Amino acid sequence: MGKVAIKANALVKWFGEGETKTTAVKSASFEANFGELLYIVGPSGSGKTTLLSMISGILKPNEGSVLVEGKDIWQMKSDDIADLRLHKIGFVFQDYHLFPRLTTVENVAIPLILKKMEWNEALKVGLEYLDIVGLKDRAQLQPVKLSGGEQQRVAIARAIAGHPDILIFDEPTASLDGDTGRKIVEFVKTKILNAERCVIIVTHDSRIYEYADSIMKMEDGNIIGFERNTNAIP
Amino acid sequence: MSGILKIALKLLVNDKSKFIALLVGITFAVFLMIMMMSMFSGILSRSSSSVYNVGAKIWVMDPAVNNATSSIPMPDYVLSSARSINGVKYAVPIYFGNALVKLKSGAYQAVSVVGLDDATLYGRPELIEGKIEDIYAESAFIVVKDAEFKKLESPAVGTEFEINDHRGLVVGLAKVASGGLFGIPTVYTTYNRAITYIPSMRFTTSYILIEPKHESDIPFIQQQIKKLGYQALTRDQFVKKISDFYTYQTGMGMNVLMMTAISFIVGLSISGQTFYTFILENLERFGALKAIGAKGHELITMILFQASFTALIGYGLGVGLASGLMILAKLRLPSYAAQVTYYNLTFAFIMVLIMAGVSSYIGVRKVLQIQPFDIFRG
Repeated sequence: MGKVAIKANALVKWFGEGETKTTAVKSASFEANFGELLYIVGPSGSGKTTLLSMISGILKPNEGSVLVEGKDIWQMKSDDIADLRLHKIGFVFQDYHLFPRLTTVENVAIPLILKKMEWNEALKVGLEYLDIVGLKDRAQLQPVKLSGGEQQRVAIARAIAGHPDILIFDEPTASLDGDTGRKIVEFVKTKILNAERCVIIVTHDSRIYEYADSIMKMEDGNIIGFERNTNAIP
Repeated sequence: MSGILKIALKLLVNDKSKFIALLVGITFAVFLMIMMMSMFSGILSRSSSSVYNVGAKIWVMDPAVNNATSSIPMPDYVLSSARSINGVKYAVPIYFGNALVKLKSGAYQAVSVVGLDDATLYGRPELIEGKIEDIYAESAFIVVKDAEFKKLESPAVGTEFEINDHRGLVVGLAKVASGGLFGIPTVYTTYNRAITYIPSMRFTTSYILIEPKHESDIPFIQQQIKKLGYQALTRDQFVKKISDFYTYQTGMGMNVLMMTAISFIVGLSISGQTFYTFILENLERFGALKAIGAKGHELITMILFQASFTALIGYGLGVGLASGLMILAKLRLPSYAAQVTYYNLTFAFIMVLIMAGVSSYIGVRKVLQIQPFDIFRG
């Protein structure tokens, strides 16, 4: 395992006040390393997405801290956190959240454009990343014209186009059939993951567990288990 | 254009139905506002046409006069008194009245008659045919060649007509800066011929036109005229008095104001509602942009750009449509009283900016409220 990419210390998050108060995550601590494919698994409502949001600088914890590459992100200003997300973290959302009014390549280029790269240059780089995910020939199509698996790959291309150190996938196989889901994760493991990158996948799809380097189990807001998968498919 | 604005533009224009709905709303509102204000401007401008055409610096009148064509004749002593005021270079009478002209065809046509001071012909129009000294010839009249000229069967120099049972002879054709409001032709003659040909009351002087020695003499002249029980107004003051009369005392101003306000509200409703729907439909995408790393001010810039872009295109289309319609109307009706002024354009532009501002405000509030966490939760 490589260096620590993310370190979560005693994270607590609750929603609501008084009688409506619900604690989604109760004192969660863990580490995710570079070169590692970490799964956060558990049933619906176990706090996976809340934990994911806190470690990626999207949702502020009520207690605890998150260190990304050694920096406590929740001590930063909101614009600095936004910058950190833009430069260090790539997201693949469960529903992909591609822009239907933009072409596929324009979708991929979004993080580059946010990084102030010139438009044509961003499209050129975007095309290279579309090539990596095998969709170069779909560059000028709108996302709605692509299949679910293809949209997923476009979302991955967008997430990696900004060259992030940490990649976060939220239920990447939830709306895909078994075969396509497996191919996506295999692609992530073989083409996306490397020694300088950490990939965290939130899932409850047990069909893809065999690819994980580490699996962290959650239930009712608690981390109930953390195991290294020595038999992970390389 | 920066990349983020390009994304904003593509999100906007590629959603064709919403973009067209937004444009239609703003264009329609601008069109109505410009049309209403232009018609009103045209009417106000025409209502003061005599004041512009004569061009005198100071007009002396009865205080009850509220528009140039409805003069109240003044006794001769007012003219003598005016001439004796310090600071008056010269003062001359002018006559404004109406008469019936019997044309060669036997048809009757109402005309507006302007009687110029016999000695100076002060306020005379620019001739395009004939010589000004011919106005002293027997029964001589100069006809203004404007949009109403055809109503006199397009007379030429030498054409004869009857005016209030007197012989009239066209000795010249003239042009003036502005046509009248009421759609009747204008003829010029001398003051004395005018009061001879047209039945009048005991007093005959419609207005006294004064040329001051210096601009600084004007307040003193106005003060002295006021002591006589009359009113001396500069050209701008007289134009304002006429405008105020039409604006506040005829109901015309209130009607225009209401129509303009309704146009604005309609435009605001359509554009605001459509833009709000557009933002709602794209809310998740804005949330995704936030999650990826877009900052709040970048999202605000995107929304402001989208609203401003739509507003400016709609403004251009609205102004173009209104101008086009006015051009067509003027081709059909040369006396059509509507004019696009810088004031109208500026006012409509400000209204459009308000529309864009309100629409943006609603959108910005919504977008700033969306949390990237909501995107994760789905």
